[in-house]
Amino acid sequence: MQGIISLFESGLGLPELWAFVIGVVVFSLLIFLFIALFVIVAVWLERKVSAVIQDRWGPMRAGLTIQGELQTIADTVKLLMKEDIIPKPVDKLLFILAPFIVFTATFMVFAGIPLGPNAYSGTFDLGLFYLIAISSLGVIGIVMAGWASNNKWSLYGAMRSVAQIVSYEIPIALILIAVVMYSGSFSVKEIIATQDTGYGIFGWFLFRNPFMFVAAILFLIAGTAENNRTPFDLPESESELIAGFHTEYTGMRFAFFFLAEYANMFVVGVLLAILFLGGYAPIWHVAALADIPVLGWFFGSSGFWIILKAMLVVIIQMWFRWTFPRLRVDQLMYTAWKVLIPFTMAIIVLNGIWMKLFNLI
Amino acid sequence: MSRIRTEEMIINMGPHHPSTHGVLHLVLHTDGEVVTKIEPKIGYLHRTFEKHAENLQYNQVVPYTDRTDYIASMNNNWTYAMAVEKLAGVEVPEYVEYLRVIFGELNRLASHLLFFGAFGLDSGAFTPMLFGFREREKILDLFEMTCGARLLYNYIWIGGLSHDIPPGFIEKTYDFLNDFYLRKDGKDALTEFRKLLTANRIFIERNADVGILTKEDAINLGVTGPALRATGFPWDLRKTEPYSIYDRFDWEVAVGRGEYGSIGDNMDRYLVRMKEMEESAKLIKQALDQLPSVKKLDVRSAVPNRIRPPKGKEIYFRAENPRGELGFYIRSDGSPKPARLKMRSPAFCNLSALPAMAEGWMLADLVMILGSLDIVLGEIDR
Repeated sequence: MQGIISLFESGLGLPELWAFVIGVVVFSLLIFLFIALFVIVAVWLERKVSAVIQDRWGPMRAGLTIQGELQTIADTVKLLMKEDIIPKPVDKLLFILAPFIVFTATFMVFAGIPLGPNAYSGTFDLGLFYLIAISSLGVIGIVMAGWASNNKWSLYGAMRSVAQIVSYEIPIALILIAVVMYSGSFSVKEIIATQDTGYGIFGWFLFRNPFMFVAAILFLIAGTAENNRTPFDLPESESELIAGFHTEYTGMRFAFFFLAEYANMFVVGVLLAILFLGGYAPIWHVAALADIPVLGWFFGSSGFWIILKAMLVVIIQMWFRWTFPRLRVDQLMYTAWKVLIPFTMAIIVLNGIWMKLFNLI
Repeated sequence: MSRIRTEEMIINMGPHHPSTHGVLHLVLHTDGEVVTKIEPKIGYLHRTFEKHAENLQYNQVVPYTDRTDYIASMNNNWTYAMAVEKLAGVEVPEYVEYLRVIFGELNRLASHLLFFGAFGLDSGAFTPMLFGFREREKILDLFEMTCGARLLYNYIWIGGLSHDIPPGFIEKTYDFLNDFYLRKDGKDALTEFRKLLTANRIFIERNADVGILTKEDAINLGVTGPALRATGFPWDLRKTEPYSIYDRFDWEVAVGRGEYGSIGDNMDRYLVRMKEMEESAKLIKQALDQLPSVKKLDVRSAVPNRIRPPKGKEIYFRAENPRGELGFYIRSDGSPKPARLKMRSPAFCNLSALPAMAEGWMLADLVMILGSLDIVLGEIDR
């Protein structure tokens, strides 16, 4: 464990255990703050993106300017003040636990994401494995929510969710192999370092060969499916299952599912940025800026680049949501098993051939 | 190892469900995602329209017809008015007939635009709703400037209309038609709809070959309207037994051709309505073009003061509503009130075909098939 935790270990002169505990708490709060801030921005952005697509204004009232940028905060206050309804026939323990498990899984993913060369909580040699493994933990919470709600519609949502997430894990894992073939390491930092060649965007894995480009698109598709967004929002498809697994939830419990969904969008964005868009590596290195105190930090190691890239992917996901209809369950499975998996396997093979041909190994 | 015990799950869809288009209650027997049996339960919106009508004078029934199929009030008014006119022998001036065609077709457009939005919503796409409503709004504005109401118009009276068209109406309608289908720069609404939903691969996959209704089944189950025409049977009362002045216009009956799948599938029902929107717009344009040559008069001039059809006379009159064949059976006992009024509701008959169409399909398909029938519960329960 390095980074901020090490700061506490070395700098404050506290006993090791206390330093560790304080470090973990502070860092968790930082992540929570980041997620909360991101969700506030993303929900507002989603409403504005949908408004642009649908020829309307979107929220215009709440806020200091006339763009309604405080709308999400108003919504949050509303959710906080709502009555917390726990229906009688539910399995109380699972019902209460479920939103927190979903949120915790997402939260833990953030621990493995580096925002800059020095802004990370911990790096592992198997960082990618960690990210993929933890991000699919949330499905347990979804199943719990669906089962505990004692509602047949919720159960449908939960069952769909399991089938979907388990299926789409496979193409994602296979795409990771294609990336690792280039980077030679599962470490997130290493993957980003391999892409930071000094040629700007041409160092990205996205442009290394045509197959990697296809892989990036497939990753976006599988990632959208992984976080239950349109056109793969079957677990909560409102026209069929009312609200799917979170039908019975109200107030803040519902808000946690909501929070997790939006945070997951960011996770997909950030993973795509790390794997294909060079992570926190700047699009261009400006040597002159490096010595200026604030600007140098901002464009060098603040996480500006990775957040920018991730937000781009987030906006693409929003664009999907407001344009596409939804797939059917069997079509969803078809897409995963008969389209994505064969394609990703072909990409691995072709990648290998390409690398052999151009002597990249 | 013994087999896992499985059993059917009975699940209530509605009356409070986002996709039942009102208060329809479907009891579904499901095997996993597959729906094996459907029992529609109706009556949550029953308002005893027919009994009410027996206690009202003929002209007082008109506002009640508004409230049956509230998406297509004009067409309901019109069909009822035509039925009573035929019963009581009221002559309607030509000018009124033209306006009736214009408003009837505008309302058909509004109804189909709502279908477009709701069907998109059923398929999971949210944006078509807004696009459909944008155009529908313009039609409602036209209605509002004419008769003051936006949903329940009480506009077409027996023998006439409640108001003449206001100044500027014709220009505004031309503007609307221009935005809707006339302009050829690819920014008209119909082209936008086509690009947004019709051409979407996921949408086609979801609808092609789903919920096929054959011509024989459709006729046996009494299905009418776009759902019947989608089976390839060109049965449109405006063409097959022309009423009003429909024989003066040049237009086509839209039929299902199975462009993306088989004839009579969901996609055909959708496409038939899309085509009908274009045909309706054509009809409106022709009626507007011919309107200046028609002698203008007071639209209430032919409204009879009292309506007392001869005793014992009865009539069944039917006309093409956006949802299908709307029929009124009226029997007179010589008093100013109908002795019996029966309404043949198209959505009710179309709904009865749902089990035949949707059993064996998945839950998600059921929602789409129900959406493709375009039911209005106010009309089913009356």
